[in-house]
Amino acid sequence: MRWHVRAFFLSASMLALGSVVASADTQTLNPEDWPSVLEDARGETVYFNAWGGSQNINAYIEWAGAALKDRYGVTLKHVKLEDTASAVATVVAEKAAGRDEEGTVDLIWINGENFAAMKRQGLILSPGWAEKLPNWAYVDVENKPTIRTDFTVPVEGLESPWGMAKLVFFYDSERTEVSTLPQDADGLLAWAKENPGRFSYPQPPDFIGSSFLKQVLAETVEDPEVLLRPVEEDSFADVTKPLFDYLDALNPVMWRSGRAYPQNYPAMKQLLADAELDIIFAFNPAEASNAIANGELPETVRSFTFPEGTLSNTHFLTIPYNASAKAGALVTANFLLSPEAQARKQDPAIWGDPTVLAIDKLEAEDRARFDAIDLGVATLRPDELGPALDEPHPSWLEHIETEWKRRYGVGN
Amino acid sequence: MLTRLGPILAIVLLTVPVVFGLAGTLLPAFGYLPALGGTMFELAPFRQLLAEPAILSSAVMSLVVGLVTAAFSIVSVMLFTAAWGGTRIFMRMQHLISPLLSVPHAGAAFALAFLIAPSGMIARLISPELTGWERPPDLLIVHDPMGLSMMTGLIVKEIPFLLLVTLAALPLVKPARTRALIASMGYGRISGFVFGLWPSIYPQIRLPVFAVIAFATSVVDVATILGPTTPAPLAVRLVRWMNDPDLSMRFLASAGAVLQLGVTATAIVIWMGLEKFGAFLRERLACAGRRYRSDSALRIGVLVVMLVSAGAIFIGMAALALWSVAGLWQYPDLLPARFEVRNWKRVLPNLMDPLATTLSVAVVSTLIAVVIAVLCFAREDETSRSAGRGALTVLYLPLLVPQVAFLFGLQLFFILVGIEATWIALVFVHLVFVLPYAWLSLRDPWRAFDRRYDQIAAGLGQGAARRFFLVRLPMMTRPLLAVAAIGFSVSIGLYLPTVLIGAGRLTTITTEAVALASGGNRRVIGIYAFMQMVLPAAGFAVATIVPALIFRRYRDMHV
Repeated sequence: MRWHVRAFFLSASMLALGSVVASADTQTLNPEDWPSVLEDARGETVYFNAWGGSQNINAYIEWAGAALKDRYGVTLKHVKLEDTASAVATVVAEKAAGRDEEGTVDLIWINGENFAAMKRQGLILSPGWAEKLPNWAYVDVENKPTIRTDFTVPVEGLESPWGMAKLVFFYDSERTEVSTLPQDADGLLAWAKENPGRFSYPQPPDFIGSSFLKQVLAETVEDPEVLLRPVEEDSFADVTKPLFDYLDALNPVMWRSGRAYPQNYPAMKQLLADAELDIIFAFNPAEASNAIANGELPETVRSFTFPEGTLSNTHFLTIPYNASAKAGALVTANFLLSPEAQARKQDPAIWGDPTVLAIDKLEAEDRARFDAIDLGVATLRPDELGPALDEPHPSWLEHIETEWKRRYGVGN
Repeated sequence: MLTRLGPILAIVLLTVPVVFGLAGTLLPAFGYLPALGGTMFELAPFRQLLAEPAILSSAVMSLVVGLVTAAFSIVSVMLFTAAWGGTRIFMRMQHLISPLLSVPHAGAAFALAFLIAPSGMIARLISPELTGWERPPDLLIVHDPMGLSMMTGLIVKEIPFLLLVTLAALPLVKPARTRALIASMGYGRISGFVFGLWPSIYPQIRLPVFAVIAFATSVVDVATILGPTTPAPLAVRLVRWMNDPDLSMRFLASAGAVLQLGVTATAIVIWMGLEKFGAFLRERLACAGRRYRSDSALRIGVLVVMLVSAGAIFIGMAALALWSVAGLWQYPDLLPARFEVRNWKRVLPNLMDPLATTLSVAVVSTLIAVVIAVLCFAREDETSRSAGRGALTVLYLPLLVPQVAFLFGLQLFFILVGIEATWIALVFVHLVFVLPYAWLSLRDPWRAFDRRYDQIAAGLGQGAARRFFLVRLPMMTRPLLAVAAIGFSVSIGLYLPTVLIGAGRLTTITTEAVALASGGNRRVIGIYAFMQMVLPAAGFAVATIVPALIFRRYRDMHV
């Protein structure tokens, strides 16, 4: 009986291998010789591992896939993740299993601690390729420092910028008076005490929820300089004491008295529409306009931000060292960086994610694409977004998430 | 002989994945997994497990959910059969079983969540007029820490399942005659049934009850949608560890899977104790000699439970369908302000790939399962020996062992062989779960076949093969298609096997729906859940219409 089983698995695995070998290409790739990259890429299938929890983003990726197929013969498959960490896990597992070629992940939507982890473990296609992409010429490296420094970690061309993020808050002007809105984290706590049950944040380790913790940390920490360096175990408790004091005070006056949390931003958005929450926040200034355009939020929703600054960062695309379709992944990254794709992405009716390009570096025709975008009623103008706060070193988040889980993640 | 292959294939298919899978889970749990540097047997993974915050409350939650779900479901089914068996209401309810069963667990959970949330349909229906809730109340209903919504979500799905198996067992105890006899001795409907009939029905449905306990203690999709989050039930946390970027977490996850195995086993042992206690209680009440004739309150009560549990799924599904075409739909509006097809237009392109996987895997695994089941029964006919209790336990094996406990190991095994995330692997693992249902649902119709047709054909000089293909199979068209429809719906509803073996590369409607659940976009969830509901329904429709068309000129084959 055993033998039969073995034979079955062997023949099955041979079938599976047969289908993989056909697409092998492991010869050296040189992004500077772009025509040869394009040639290599034709016919490849790129497995794009990207968070799949938001329909407008999924639709945008779908559009990019159709364009890539049409123009470059590249098939884009969106592997919808709940958490980017699982794509990193896959690459780690493949490296551990000695699968240094023909990996299952070709392109990852990434930043922060996931990038830091991949870079540290040498899991990214190297040497740096991002700054050799043809469309890199348009990238706004001068005014957007987070494009070359991802959560304090130098990027070194190991990931290609995709979009900009800034923490902004949304409220429904129908229900909430502008004059009562908080101006900083302390104001938010006071507001929550006056309006119990009307504020919450997504349950960490959700990306947006963790970002809220970092925002509070950045505002309450005594010496912001320590956050730019890796955590030191000895001082962690002291440095984060103001943060956890704040959360202890916030918890009882939160939605559901802090006994449950929205699972992520879209869930929080639904709660604003349902009038369960009064203040929500996102990492994309155009989110509210986008949701209004989609009929998910009422037209009375507006944005605000903290005058003293909110968290800001860049999100990227990267290619694992063992990707099966490296050329296809490069072509995809370059396409997503193109003025056309970036302008479409910035349109709140599509997605509303701010561009990483410098508008003044573009040709007139491409500049017109950006000028034509209607940012929508609920989107703050770039000069209204307020100052940017730096992301702390990724090691802080890891420690804070563990501590958060211990304190609030397990009930009482 | 070809038929000899049937039972062998079935046994191999049902035991080998479970045994290999369990081994693949047990070894890393004790620290052995050379690929990740674990070459020694040690207890470190368990120490790490015990150090996880609130791991015991997660485990206890799983245990309690399993026991309460099983107890509430089986008692409801018992009382309902007792109180209403043989009546017209009972007949009507029987017709609802198939559609209720075919709704995947995740779909039913969504339906319930849309109904009971503070801003859900029920609240909208009565607000603000009756409640004064101008805004949704700040009540923790979905994801409540006691797991009440999660248990409700499981109960509404397990009641139809247990009712189905009870119905299958019912004819063997000749209910009408026994009921008349007991009634003549002056017992009430319910007490008469519980004292007189239930003791001979229960042993036959004991394995399905155990399967319910195993499922409810280790469920992941329903727990994700409705269950507590601070902390989550054990199985949900296990799957999260399994997907952690830190690969050493696999040791922890495997240790957790062993704990899960323990939790499920404990639940079943406690259940056996409850069985004894229940039997003791019944004996005492029966021996006390009371007839319990005035049981109308209980009769109405259990009818209400059944109607509410079926109604929750149907109304919730209707609400889901409404959300899928809703524009802005604010609390407390009972209907959306606008209807739009935009949601569908946007989602449809994304739907195609998962849909293709869902359908191809479901069709192929169902076909194989039905063929194997037919071979098994054909073998039975040849040898005139029917499968005994041991064979039944083998059939229930994949349903009795918690899915997480052996799928982890199986996934690891597939990775080592290099066929993880392939279509073949997915069909194989679906087959493990489809086959038991195909076998169980084909058993009664196959055995009910009038063997005299066979004898007449033989008398007319037809050989075994011709008899089989020209008489038996055509006459069995209706049950065979019904069995296929059941297998098809089982495959569509499978969540954890698809997530773990498909590894995110192969997705189905169900895995996509659950992945989207966390996003809370009701419009998109509405679309996916609607598809989840439509596909099995289409399967059952085919199973009804095709025989009707084939047999339209054969009056004796009409139902």
